[in-house]
Amino acid sequence: MTAPIAIIAVLTLAAAVTAMSLRNLVHCALMFMAALAGVAALYLGLGAQFVGFAQVLIYFGAVAILIVFAILLTRGTEPPREPILSKAWITGIAIAVVVFGVLSAMVLSSKALTREPGPTPQLPVHQLGAQLMTKYVLPLEVIGLLLTAALIGAVVIAMHDEEGG
Amino acid sequence: MDQLLVTLKHWLVGLVPSQYAPFFSALLSVGAIAVVFPALFALTTLLERKGLGRIQNRYGPNRVGPYGLLQPIADGLKALTKEDIVPRPADKVVHFLAPLVLVVPVFLALAVVPMGRHMTALDMNAGVLFFFAAGAATELSVFMAGWSSRNKYSLLGAMRAIAQMISYEVPLILASVAAIMAAGSLSTTQIVEAQAGYWGCVPRWFVLTPWGFAGFILFMVAATAESNRSPFDLPEGESELVAGYYTEYTGFKFALFFLGEYLGLFAVSGLGITLFLGGWHAPLPALEWIPSWAWFFAKLLVLIAGFIWIRGTLPRLRIDQLMGLAWKFMLPMALVNIGVAGLWRFMPGGWERWIVCALCVGAAYLLLGGLLSGGKVFAKRVYRYAD
Amino acid sequence: MTPLAAYLLLSALLFAIGLAGALTRRNAIIVLIGIELMLNGANLNFIAFWRFGPNPEALTGVVFVLFSIGVAAAEAAVGLALILSIYRHYRTTNLEQVDSLKG
Repeated sequence: MTAPIAIIAVLTLAAAVTAMSLRNLVHCALMFMAALAGVAALYLGLGAQFVGFAQVLIYFGAVAILIVFAILLTRGTEPPREPILSKAWITGIAIAVVVFGVLSAMVLSSKALTREPGPTPQLPVHQLGAQLMTKYVLPLEVIGLLLTAALIGAVVIAMHDEEGG
Repeated sequence: MDQLLVTLKHWLVGLVPSQYAPFFSALLSVGAIAVVFPALFALTTLLERKGLGRIQNRYGPNRVGPYGLLQPIADGLKALTKEDIVPRPADKVVHFLAPLVLVVPVFLALAVVPMGRHMTALDMNAGVLFFFAAGAATELSVFMAGWSSRNKYSLLGAMRAIAQMISYEVPLILASVAAIMAAGSLSTTQIVEAQAGYWGCVPRWFVLTPWGFAGFILFMVAATAESNRSPFDLPEGESELVAGYYTEYTGFKFALFFLGEYLGLFAVSGLGITLFLGGWHAPLPALEWIPSWAWFFAKLLVLIAGFIWIRGTLPRLRIDQLMGLAWKFMLPMALVNIGVAGLWRFMPGGWERWIVCALCVGAAYLLLGGLLSGGKVFAKRVYRYAD
Repeated sequence: MTPLAAYLLLSALLFAIGLAGALTRRNAIIVLIGIELMLNGANLNFIAFWRFGPNPEALTGVVFVLFSIGVAAAEAAVGLALILSIYRHYRTTNLEQVDSLKG
């Protein structure tokens, strides 16, 4: 890892930690966006230009804005008076630490990861499109179906029914 | 003459030691963008006020300098020297960051627009996608400005602006997909190259095909909405929301918002030129001697004049009309347009495909328009003039 | 440590941060943000394996991440719709108060 990448990685992690620990929900959402931008920059550093831009376009333009709207609609803009952590927070942190410990132990002990890296592979958009339309056409259709179902489902769930049913 | 600026840059880069050359070259490109477009912004504000004045039967600025030409400088000085007011309950950090989050991505977006032959600051494989990704940050800035001000007008303006931008981003992207499909590339340079050459003496611009014409209109309408210009200026409708999401901004920060908005307009017009108006290509073979960058900026100024004209002419839309237009009319039209572009691609060349494609677009337009107006017939508009 | 191992550790850390947030916070929206962070950690894994893997020309990792971003968008839409409808019912987004099965 080169120095700029390492800096971006540290900033991403810092943004993620703040996003999970701030009191004000809007600040959390903004830091979440910063973390997403960091991940997108990491994608660019890895040579996956298309994915990086798609990440910014979809996460910034859609997911983060949705989250912000939800915060405003649920009156979450004022910091809560009660504690922000749940009662079982020690268990939660412990589980996260254990998960990280197991994952990192696996990564560090793995022999398959000692391969020397090759040159940065090219990511031609042409080839990506062709593969999406041939080899991965079924998953693409399924994703389309899923998104349509999610769209309709979200509208139905969030629809205001005046009768209270 | 055509390559004057490019040669100049190469000459300047050649002057520095070779290990700094890439850095210096990038610096020059960025510097050019950072000088030319703000200058154009200053000019445009003046032209806009003059033009609107002419449309509304008044003079417009005419006090500072000859014909009011120095008005932008006076405005700039005023904005710089004004007191910078931050509301006491405001979220200081977010309030400060919002204008920056608006201006920086807009400059980034300008970098992928080809402004002349070999004059793309950032020529990348997925250029159009980069443009839209940078544009997504605008929504973030609008939200930050509206929320951090702790003002109900700011917040309402921000919510309206975000809803509008998300809604119009869909037809904007779908309209450009047609051009991307026809060019077979996401790179802005290659899209411009795909529009080189002439049919007889008619240029091969995408706007001169049936799907391209429909796509261009859809693109420009969506671009107007995306940059919050009249008639889609609900987010900052003065009569309803004071000034929308930047109500609480003064002085230099307000000027940054203003700058960001206009640069966004230039960027999206530049993309429109790239995708549909043949980029920097000349409209006639006989006019090839005029440098390519002059054509780009001429087209840009024409589009901006169109925006000013529209602003002076059309009244503001209602919010339900705004959303209805995006989702009920422009989205289906853009989808039909993509289909027609595919048809155009695979039909044999000749006048038949012109007729078939034009019929498809026209039929979709008439059908959608008829369905949405619900068969209502509007009375002929009557004008009454003062005697 | 090879670059691949460094990226994997980074994504594991991102995953763990998201997990910790999702498990400990009271607010439903923050829990959703935590889940999105976990997804991002997993996506980073795929891209790192694509970049440093034996045959990157297969593009499997890239395509998987594209699909995963799509799924994340769908998940966010449905999740936030659920949170909104819960908020309308209970007037809160605090997960510890949303614990009765009977409305």
